[in-house]
Amino acid sequence: MRKLVNPLDSNSEAKPVGVSKAHESACLHVTGEAQYVDDQNLPANSLYAAVGLSHCAKGSISKLDIDAVRGCSGVVDVITVDDIPGHIDIAPVFDGDPILANKKVVFHGQPIFAVLATSVRAARQAVLAAKIEIDADSPVLTTQDSHQAEEFVRPLHSMIQGNAEQVIQQSDKVINGAITIGGQEHVYLEGQVSIAIPQEQDRILIKTSSQHPSEVQKLVAEVLGIKLHRVVVDMRRMGGGFGGKETQAAQWACIAAVFAYRNRVPVKLRLPRLQDMTVTGKRHPFYNTFTVGIDKQGKINGSQIQINGDCGHSADLSDAIVDRAMFHADNGYHLGDTEIHGHRCRTNKVSHTAFRGFGGPQGMIVAEAIIEKIARAVAKDPLDVRKLNYYDDKDRNTTHYGMLVENNILPDLIERLEESSQYRQRKAQLIAFNKQSPIIKKGIALTPVKFGISFTAKHLNQAGALVHVYTDGSIQVNHGGTEMGQGLHTKIGQIAANEFGVSLDSIDVTSTRTDKVPNTSPTAASSGTDINGKAVQNACITIRKRLAEFYLAQLNLHHLSNSEVRFSDNQVAIGDQSIGFSELVQQAYFERISLSSTGFYKTPKIHYNRETAKGRPFFYFAYGASCSEVSIDTLTGECVVNRVDILHDVGTSLNPAIDIGQIEGGFIQGMGWLTNEDLVWDDHGKLISNNPATYKIPSIGDTPKIFNVDLYPHANPEDSIYHSKAVGEPPLMLAMSVWCAIKDAISSLHNYRLDPELVCPATPENILRACQLSAKKKEQ
Amino acid sequence: MIQFLLNEQIETIDSLAGDTTVLDYLRDNKGLCGTKEGCASGDCGACTVSLVELNNSNDGLSYRAINSCVTFLSTLNGKQLITVEHLSDKGKLHPVQQAMVEQHASQCGFCTPGFVMSLFSFYHQNKESNHQNIELALSGNLCRCTGYRPIIDAAKQSCQDPIDDKFISNQTKTIEKLQSLQDHQASLTGLYEPQSRQQLAQLLKQYPDARLFAGSTDIALEATQLNKNLACLIDLKAIPELNVLCVENDTLRIGASLPFEKIEQTLLTHFPDLSELLWRFASVPIRNQASLGGNVANASPIGDMPPVLLALQAIIVCDNGDNFRDVPVREFFTGYRTTVLKPDEWIKEIKIALPSQHQTLRAYKVSKRIEDDISAVCAVFNLTLNSHIIAALHTGFGGVAATPAMANALEEKLIGLDWRKASTMETGKSIIQSCFSPIDDVRASAEYRQMLLTNLWHRFWLETNASDNKIETRVTHYA
Repeated sequence: MRKLVNPLDSNSEAKPVGVSKAHESACLHVTGEAQYVDDQNLPANSLYAAVGLSHCAKGSISKLDIDAVRGCSGVVDVITVDDIPGHIDIAPVFDGDPILANKKVVFHGQPIFAVLATSVRAARQAVLAAKIEIDADSPVLTTQDSHQAEEFVRPLHSMIQGNAEQVIQQSDKVINGAITIGGQEHVYLEGQVSIAIPQEQDRILIKTSSQHPSEVQKLVAEVLGIKLHRVVVDMRRMGGGFGGKETQAAQWACIAAVFAYRNRVPVKLRLPRLQDMTVTGKRHPFYNTFTVGIDKQGKINGSQIQINGDCGHSADLSDAIVDRAMFHADNGYHLGDTEIHGHRCRTNKVSHTAFRGFGGPQGMIVAEAIIEKIARAVAKDPLDVRKLNYYDDKDRNTTHYGMLVENNILPDLIERLEESSQYRQRKAQLIAFNKQSPIIKKGIALTPVKFGISFTAKHLNQAGALVHVYTDGSIQVNHGGTEMGQGLHTKIGQIAANEFGVSLDSIDVTSTRTDKVPNTSPTAASSGTDINGKAVQNACITIRKRLAEFYLAQLNLHHLSNSEVRFSDNQVAIGDQSIGFSELVQQAYFERISLSSTGFYKTPKIHYNRETAKGRPFFYFAYGASCSEVSIDTLTGECVVNRVDILHDVGTSLNPAIDIGQIEGGFIQGMGWLTNEDLVWDDHGKLISNNPATYKIPSIGDTPKIFNVDLYPHANPEDSIYHSKAVGEPPLMLAMSVWCAIKDAISSLHNYRLDPELVCPATPENILRACQLSAKKKEQ
Repeated sequence: MIQFLLNEQIETIDSLAGDTTVLDYLRDNKGLCGTKEGCASGDCGACTVSLVELNNSNDGLSYRAINSCVTFLSTLNGKQLITVEHLSDKGKLHPVQQAMVEQHASQCGFCTPGFVMSLFSFYHQNKESNHQNIELALSGNLCRCTGYRPIIDAAKQSCQDPIDDKFISNQTKTIEKLQSLQDHQASLTGLYEPQSRQQLAQLLKQYPDARLFAGSTDIALEATQLNKNLACLIDLKAIPELNVLCVENDTLRIGASLPFEKIEQTLLTHFPDLSELLWRFASVPIRNQASLGGNVANASPIGDMPPVLLALQAIIVCDNGDNFRDVPVREFFTGYRTTVLKPDEWIKEIKIALPSQHQTLRAYKVSKRIEDDISAVCAVFNLTLNSHIIAALHTGFGGVAATPAMANALEEKLIGLDWRKASTMETGKSIIQSCFSPIDDVRASAEYRQMLLTNLWHRFWLETNASDNKIETRVTHYA
């Protein structure tokens, strides 16, 4: 007979959800014990790969001489696209992303070949020996050029509600505008890295830093020409993802896998930072234009909006990203009769990709640009124009894609923030300050966020889980989501602990593995906890039911329902009888009760018809608002954010500390996107802001000295996991208040009557330029 | 051979290449993978470690955070290297680690070891843990997840009243061990550490292609970013003449290999108006290594100290082991990253005349990010007034030409004008507009640089003109 270990101590503990538990890896982070892919011990025969890049943005490869590369010291193997055994295209949705350049190059920095050598340095040095000649064509580098050349990665999609053109014509006033929106480099602190380890026969194990292990599995299998069941992808944690490892991690895993396959050795491919920033896609730059018709008060009657996403050379995820920009061009406002056209512009740049918000931010900022422009035109405080245009529960309650906006908490949320941030008083003080300060100008803005939660690709809104209860009462939880710092595994652990009524240290959430939970969706779209949490809950419920039934049977209480059995404080109880959780588990084991279960979840209610451009693409909306105050220097354009107040809606918080961490971190990341993070390509299409010396993310001095963050107390009315709400992406857009506050400061130069043309990002240079443009306009 | 303390153990390195970085040594040779590579260029701080050395009187220890990714092994010689793995005490977290956990200050955790090591170094520096010092101590660490607020709170929690940790308890033993390592000269294949001018001159004769370094924060990038083999490196830090720091005959003498961290206070004592520029000069871990000599010898047009030295009319003392020669910094730079230094010469020290009472100095830097960024334009103005009349004006600029540059016309044409008059400022504006032809690059457009030249001049006038100095001119304030 099998001897079981002693049951765990049954420490009584408060409910594990809703409290600020530390990140499950916090102690490992601070001691350096947390292992990332590059920290794995590898066998002594392991080899290291590097990639060689195109130095031209567009053209055909006329000569690819890699003999010298082969001759370099330490080099073991060199591959080009001709050496790929299976599929060449590793695009996620639509074709267009070859693993290595295939005859033609389509962006500056495109990988053309790869080298395998005995050390990282030998591999990277060998790359430099290649002789590549490219017959260059002139590259397409802007959305305007793409329109001219009629180069699009996907067809136009339009969302039309009513007759915008007619309504605008009949309006009291018509407002036009355009906004240039920069992209954003992810700057995950851990760069792209993968290890491929050959296993028996043609099986292969991949360790990768990826938000989408299932896609890596599929692409590795396709590239090698084997079936998916021969590939296992293991992903414990990422050192940051932010969308930059949703599709962008696969290429390096595939290249490592090809080398591992050809040479039967473990292979590691880690990109140096400069290459990482060159060869991986970024947040899409956009150029958007709008025409709106308003009444005398500033209420919007009709809107025509053109969205132009700079997708780079291929579709990647751009179709869904431009769609999301279109879905969010209203932010929190009713746009009246609306016509939105979304163009997917092809340019000879790296293929732009997912980044926290996924196009949403670039759509929402159009709404804020519209509001700002209206406010200056009707001489009102922008906040009053915002209030005038909220969705209401009467006739202005449906979005331009036909979704009813229910439970709109924005008006109340904003009112509370307006109060707590003392928006009105401070606005008056700033106006007074600006009157007596000729050089330094201050500005303030309060902006909302309404963000739709769900993947707009319906099939992705599913999740799986696998839960094992062991005979000592300890529980292993596996699910399809990946941990990139957002605290997903912590929340999942809390959910499992809560379901079984055990303490958090009884739960271990393991690495994400494609052989434990198959066919998973990427950890993206803020969906991680929503869908995987529910799947885990469902798996726990299955096991709990079995245990409850077993317990009732033990007590001969067959007439009672298993739902009456309580799981809490590490005890299982019915009526006044109880037993330790682990003791019951042991008894159940001996009685041959299964202690393991899968769990599955699919998001209800969602649908979207692309033909009619109508539907309910989102399960619910997450809301928030922020109030930012800035100072700008009108001599240099330098800017400082003085104070930020945030009120954000996470439904019923599963873990307030983690949620606040997402809100603060998202805000600062969004602030970087809108202020100092400036992607610069030269005239040849080469990215020249390609390292952290030339591309500046916020540093510690950029965190506002006064930074108040609160959670809005409001349970999610939808049946989400414990009525919480997704929190990954929405807070990023809170940073729009910084951009609007800078505009407020600039507009003070002309008594708040001119709407400044402020390019995003609002770098010091762009701020100074906007000050001068305003001055010129005033003269005209 | 290189000998140092790795935590408490004496370590000897004798077989690694001279251009191996401390980061690669830790990860590849010691399996200490807690120290991370984020950028390999000294910009992100994920690789931060603590370097401990004997103080000047040999009876105490000083702790500095450094970027291990841009540090060569000779820097370790005779010192103690502490990495994130060494902090906890018999399974108990160090107070800075504990505070990071309690404040929820890690998310993805990749930058965390670097933050921990910066905090650990700060913990041992007995500095007041106010907001400004914390920001400074963490200025070299980037975090992409948290937005920094919880990290600031963790710093406040742990460094306000530091209790003795195991490193303080073991201090006597550590001092003894370090003393036992002091008489040893570092050398590896391709890496030399001369102890005297004469040795250096000899090495330069022997290895004419050798590359000199003190802080290595710039030259290391050739290895880590350009994948070059640096076959022969000479570390200048051990030569006594390159480590002087004193005032003689109203002249400040600064040894070329001294790190900024060691000269900062002296510079500020005599030139308090440099505080903002020095605060914003790179990050603390870089300043803990980078030298003034390196900043000058690189002759980069975007270095921040050359404009200061130009405006202060500093003297660069060049040496070849036999003779010194004084070169005015205004004649030192000959072209893009070229200088008057001869192949057998190096910079021994930099001499700066102390300011007179009538001198007004301002050093301005404009960059996309306020902290740890390279200047789009750096502008330094050094004005001498004789009861409101301009007696002398000396300037220095970065980011506007192929070399650090002076605005000669401005310096000449304003002599004798009344500084109080707006017309003087306007005259200066029109002159400065035609002094340079800056270029477009990743940091700024030529047009913006041109605007900054005139506007920073305008700011200088506003700030130093007695009648108008009430006007607020800055969005940031530095103590």
